[in-house]
Amino acid sequence: MPDSRSPDALSAEIEIPADARPVPFRGGGFHHRRHPFLAPVVLLVLLALWQAGSSTGFISPIAMPAPKDVFGAFRDLITTGALWTNLSVSLYRLLVGWLLGAALGIAVGLMIGLFSQARASALPIVSALFPVPKIALLPLFIIWFGIGEGSKVATILFGTFFPTVISTYAGVDAVDRALIRMGQSFGLKWSSIVRKIILPGAMPGILSGFRISFSIAIVLLVAAEMIGAQHGIGAYILMAGSIFNLGELFAGVIILSAIGLVGSWLIGLAEKRLLDWRA
Amino acid sequence: MRIILDHLSHSYADTEVLRDVSFDLRAGQIVSIVGPSGCGKSTLLRMIGGLEQPTSGRVLISSAAPEGSLNPLTYIFQDFALLPWRTVEGNISLVLEDHGITGAAAREVISDVLSRTKLSDFRRAWPRQLSGGMKQRVAIARALAVRPAVMLMDEPLSALDSQTRELLMDDLVELWTRTPFSAAYVTHNLAEAVRLGHRIVVLSRRPGRIREVVEIDMPLAERADRMAELEPLQRGLWEMMRDEAAAADRELAHA
Repeated sequence: MPDSRSPDALSAEIEIPADARPVPFRGGGFHHRRHPFLAPVVLLVLLALWQAGSSTGFISPIAMPAPKDVFGAFRDLITTGALWTNLSVSLYRLLVGWLLGAALGIAVGLMIGLFSQARASALPIVSALFPVPKIALLPLFIIWFGIGEGSKVATILFGTFFPTVISTYAGVDAVDRALIRMGQSFGLKWSSIVRKIILPGAMPGILSGFRISFSIAIVLLVAAEMIGAQHGIGAYILMAGSIFNLGELFAGVIILSAIGLVGSWLIGLAEKRLLDWRA
Repeated sequence: MRIILDHLSHSYADTEVLRDVSFDLRAGQIVSIVGPSGCGKSTLLRMIGGLEQPTSGRVLISSAAPEGSLNPLTYIFQDFALLPWRTVEGNISLVLEDHGITGAAAREVISDVLSRTKLSDFRRAWPRQLSGGMKQRVAIARALAVRPAVMLMDEPLSALDSQTRELLMDDLVELWTRTPFSAAYVTHNLAEAVRLGHRIVVLSRRPGRIREVVEIDMPLAERADRMAELEPLQRGLWEMMRDEAAAADRELAHA
């Protein structure tokens, strides 16, 4: 061994001058830590402030209902059974419209992503119809599909179809061409390349499109129900507003928010399951 | 099985990339293809494997592929081309599924190729968990699984650091020594070309033409220890390429 001194002996020999001081630390920050209790605490504080403001009269009951009014509205909803009547028709319209829109959107998006003829013919039409607010077409849908469920489901279907088409074909476009060439070089069948390489590769784009289309679906649900429906959360909110019952109005809005949260939680679960290969 | 390149020329739009290239790949031989960047090496390899068609000339196959070969012309890519959503095992089974090899038969093939590439412990790992060298080993295992007649390697070690590259070169030599395969090995690294090639085809700068074909007689397995004897040859190759490489470096990229 040319040098038999232990690492300890090597480092012990370094002489530290008297004026030596640590290098000032200037890193850190700009990254997020988990604060799991902060959100509920903030919510409770806001609720407390709201209740305090309402009971002292600082918040006028004309501008904002007291929390107890909102709770009262919820109690009425449950005891009269109105909650279920409204929620079930809304969820039915939302889910049927969204699922059909998403399924058709994925199918058409895949066609546009895979075939240049489909892209050349369908993409201009999709681009032209995408920015049209679908609620403007509701009168037309009422003529086509009737005043009942058909027109509302159709509004949601069309509203979610276009964003899904766009996110799907963008997802297909984003699939690494090198992977497709690999599939071809191993003699994989066309259907195998689509099923095992293109579809999983486009899945992150498709799922993030789901998040967008689901919130669009809720907006259209409420709009369609406000224009012409007897039951549903949108009709309930419209009714509450027209008789100036702010407690009921708030209860309706909270239900909508809950639907949105549950939806994005479910999509998050799907992402965890389907995209477990990502870090 | 023998592959013959017969007066191959190729142009993209108005850029001529290959001009009148003719050589052959013989059974059990590795041919290194070297040349400055942009000389059409990778294009040449894509044509040999049937992923691209030459503007003129032909790539011919003579005599049948050995029995049991599922995919006679098999690539190993520079960027590994592993599916990130499949495990090591799944990436190999991908290329077997279309040949109807599933279940126990597939597991047997997978175990065999993984042990030959020293990957048996990583069967269920995701590609993202593997280092570059391990990923390329998986790609080599995947190529072995379809029992290729000719391996088409497109800069397979270029994305790896130099230590990993040494390790993988040893592994390739070991694999070849155990069961000789034929291969076209495209690289810009002359040391790799000299270590792994029975013949070295030197291409000129764009449009790529054959400048020289060098035969090396020394057995592959001995080359690591006798590198000094190959040094003059490698230097000679560099002398031949230096000016062209410098000129190629100064060329503007064509979109």
